[in-house]
Amino acid sequence: MIKAVFPHKDLLGIRNLGRDEIVMILDTAESFKEVSRRPIKKVPSLRGQTVINLFYEPSTRTRTSFEIAAKRLSADAVNISASTSSVVKGETLADTVRNLQAMAPDIVVMRHACAGAAEYVAGIIAAGVVNAGDGAHEHPTQALLDLLTMRQHCGRLEGLRLAIIGDIAHSRVARSNLWACRTLGIHARVCGPPSMMPRDLADFGEVEVCSRPEDAIATADVIMMLRLQLERQGTGLFPSLEEYARRYGLNRERLARAPADAVVMHPGPMNRGVEIAGDVADGRRAVILDQVENGVAVRMAILYLLGGSRS
Amino acid sequence: MTPDQTILDARGLEVVLGRMAHEVIEHHPVLDNLVLVGVRSRGVHLAERLQCRLAELSGVTLPLGILDITMYRDDLGLGAGNPVLERTEIPFSLEEKTVILVDDVIHTGRTVRAALDGLMDFGRPRAIQLLVLVDRGGRELPIRPDYVGTHVHSSPRDKVKVRVGERDGFDAVMVEYGTRGQEANL
Amino acid sequence: MKRLLIRGGRLIDPSCGRDEVTDLLLVDGKVAEIGPPAVGAAADREIDATGGWVIPGAIDMHVHLREPGQEYKETIRTGAEAAAAGGFTGVACMANTVPVNDHAAVTRFILERAATAPVRVYPVGAVTRGLAGKQLVDMGEMIDAGVAAFSDDGRTVVDSALLRHAFEYAAVLGRTIICHCQDDRLFGGGVMHEGRVSASLGLPGIPAIAEEVDIDRCIRVAEYVGAPLHIAHVGTRGAVAIIAAAKARGVAVTAEVTPHHLMLDHRAVHDLYYFPEDVHAARNWPRRFNTWTKMSPPLREPEDVVALRRALAEGVIDTVATDHAPHEQNEKEVEFASAPFGVVGLETALPLVLALVREGVLTPARMVDCLSGAPARILGLAGRGSLAPGMDADVTVIDPGCRWVVEPERFRSRARNTPFAGWRVQGRAAYTVVAGEVVYAAAGAS
Repeated sequence: MIKAVFPHKDLLGIRNLGRDEIVMILDTAESFKEVSRRPIKKVPSLRGQTVINLFYEPSTRTRTSFEIAAKRLSADAVNISASTSSVVKGETLADTVRNLQAMAPDIVVMRHACAGAAEYVAGIIAAGVVNAGDGAHEHPTQALLDLLTMRQHCGRLEGLRLAIIGDIAHSRVARSNLWACRTLGIHARVCGPPSMMPRDLADFGEVEVCSRPEDAIATADVIMMLRLQLERQGTGLFPSLEEYARRYGLNRERLARAPADAVVMHPGPMNRGVEIAGDVADGRRAVILDQVENGVAVRMAILYLLGGSRS
Repeated sequence: MTPDQTILDARGLEVVLGRMAHEVIEHHPVLDNLVLVGVRSRGVHLAERLQCRLAELSGVTLPLGILDITMYRDDLGLGAGNPVLERTEIPFSLEEKTVILVDDVIHTGRTVRAALDGLMDFGRPRAIQLLVLVDRGGRELPIRPDYVGTHVHSSPRDKVKVRVGERDGFDAVMVEYGTRGQEANL
Repeated sequence: MKRLLIRGGRLIDPSCGRDEVTDLLLVDGKVAEIGPPAVGAAADREIDATGGWVIPGAIDMHVHLREPGQEYKETIRTGAEAAAAGGFTGVACMANTVPVNDHAAVTRFILERAATAPVRVYPVGAVTRGLAGKQLVDMGEMIDAGVAAFSDDGRTVVDSALLRHAFEYAAVLGRTIICHCQDDRLFGGGVMHEGRVSASLGLPGIPAIAEEVDIDRCIRVAEYVGAPLHIAHVGTRGAVAIIAAAKARGVAVTAEVTPHHLMLDHRAVHDLYYFPEDVHAARNWPRRFNTWTKMSPPLREPEDVVALRRALAEGVIDTVATDHAPHEQNEKEVEFASAPFGVVGLETALPLVLALVREGVLTPARMVDCLSGAPARILGLAGRGSLAPGMDADVTVIDPGCRWVVEPERFRSRARNTPFAGWRVQGRAAYTVVAGEVVYAAAGAS
């Protein structure tokens, strides 16, 4: 029997994964996709294991995806969200997770507004930690589901051309994808308002910064539109939603400037009419729902691999 | 360690497969309701050959599915790493079908147990029968094959190796008799 | 007559042009004599400083002692003990206590507590009441109570007109204003330097200009009214250029740099063990997102470190000050963005500055002026910062060869928040002498 050794206790980011590890996760996820298409969508792989979804930020989509993934693997999934936890009582994050550890979970899935929070927790507790988004730092399962979707539609990853458009500076999705691009040899172009562009992307390797979205998508195989955080209105980062939509939003006319077979992705939830026009989101080139489907498979794969790496 | 002892050579293996094909037809005069499911990985190749034999004998090509039982194993998380997952492909309904589950070797019965769990998740077959190339004894669960190619008397220290051309370049069933104290590699 | 003889050390004191192996006799709290003492003049105590360096007592002109109000972080006593162990004979403590040192009564309280502390404490008064930037403190009364300088450290005085008046008053009263320069809006919600590391970690960045535009503003205001000013914790090469230009046109500006800004850059936030490669003993402190690398101003870029070192060597930056900022362990054991800014420095400054001497960045004489002479001049401390006969007998005896590992749990400070935990360093204070009394002797020193 060939064993797939995933030599990590935690999944904290894409940055610290090697090429083979990423491919192993994607291949494992392919196998799990089939489970979600069965009449009985459940396998006993993680029977008896406990997965805690610890969410300090509201996220219906990601939390649900992790919960479904855990349940389809027969793990017991428990959700803790900030509003019902002791966060409001002023307990420190360290104390909260030490308390959770005392209840012997096998895996803690964590979403937190602070960059580095998942890594911090992973250093404290024995359970495996899956980063479900830490501030603007990383969102590794999102990047993995994006990669699975790209591979599904383009047949390969190496040498692909990916355009990421939007608020790069505040996007953990962009960061995790850029690390993946560096590791897997995907050509990345980024584009967004200059006020939302990190000052120096040198750590990510060869990333092309385009000032016009038309330039970013001109040769793209995959166009990834980022969600604009609407609460950033009025902070001076961009003049108005209308201006943003006109200048950076993906509408039909702009999409026509991209290669005919380019696919459109979005991590959701979408602001229709802002970063993506409704007809593009619903159009045949959008693979946004494939991303959601792949999300469950990728998360099953991560839980499965981490479940096996614990001894 | 002693040199491998060959139980079946390529020709012997074909003979045994042919006999089992006849046995299947004997039990199922009408093949319409029958489907084959091979257990990854060598069970799949054996199932494919059986599919050909049955087609030659009856003119009916049975549907063939592939089952990866990894997700159903009862030893996950016990060692360093999990087994590599491969795809399960059962592109037809199992409802009211009689499934012939094909595997290369039956030993403790745990693989078959996992396979039965897996099959049940695809629906409710009318019956499941088990066909194995080699029965090496040593059962730990109350599971009994319906069609057996050959019996090998072995101890847990021995290795029973099935080789199929599609995967290994040649056909054979061999036994490597382990020396005392050497644990079996299952 | 109380006589202390420090025998056989290398006495380095640029203020009186000395660098020689000799003896130093201290009598009744004053420097009496340099050179072999007259035969028969017995000392009450002798220190064998053979192989050591004897320098005017080092002064850290930027520390936070937290008392009154936050004694769980540090007290005047523990902070002073940490200073003594680090080789400092005096420290200037910033005003951001609770209550703020914005009134003579608070100053008197601090000095009362400091009276029994092992080293001299020079209170820094607030510029504005409650550090609120609205109303000047009663500077004259506070000077009478004993403040050495004024600063709203931790904040800048946003109101430039008020800042102008503060400079005008302080100058007339003979005191320097120490400026913590930071444009609050550019600083924003930043937690580390804005650059490639903040970009890759997704942490909110603090741009270099947040510090530079405010340094420029403060210098121009002080220059306009002809007042002296001191720039706290300079961190960027741009700031160095601004200060150099001001000095060149004759502005009475001085500046300090911290040991951590001289030794570390922003890569430390991503991986505390990034550099230097050979200094880390095997310890299990968190490497990444380590809140012990979080301070304001933040660790900047490698190019900034180079510029700061050169500026210190050339005298554009006058002194090394630690910005010793003790925090309780629990306050720092949180996610990076939630942690308070600041690191402790009193007990690690000396070996880090000595490393610059070994690397050839600083001459020994330049180091001594940075540690002793310059802060005494900036703070106007008559009788300090020199070993000329008749000066106060504040002396630091350095063992430059001693190798040791920084172990925060052994600090005299209450706090443990140092980015240098686990570093293998060389050099320490062997003896710290204040007013002719040995207030600290390292274990193993004779």
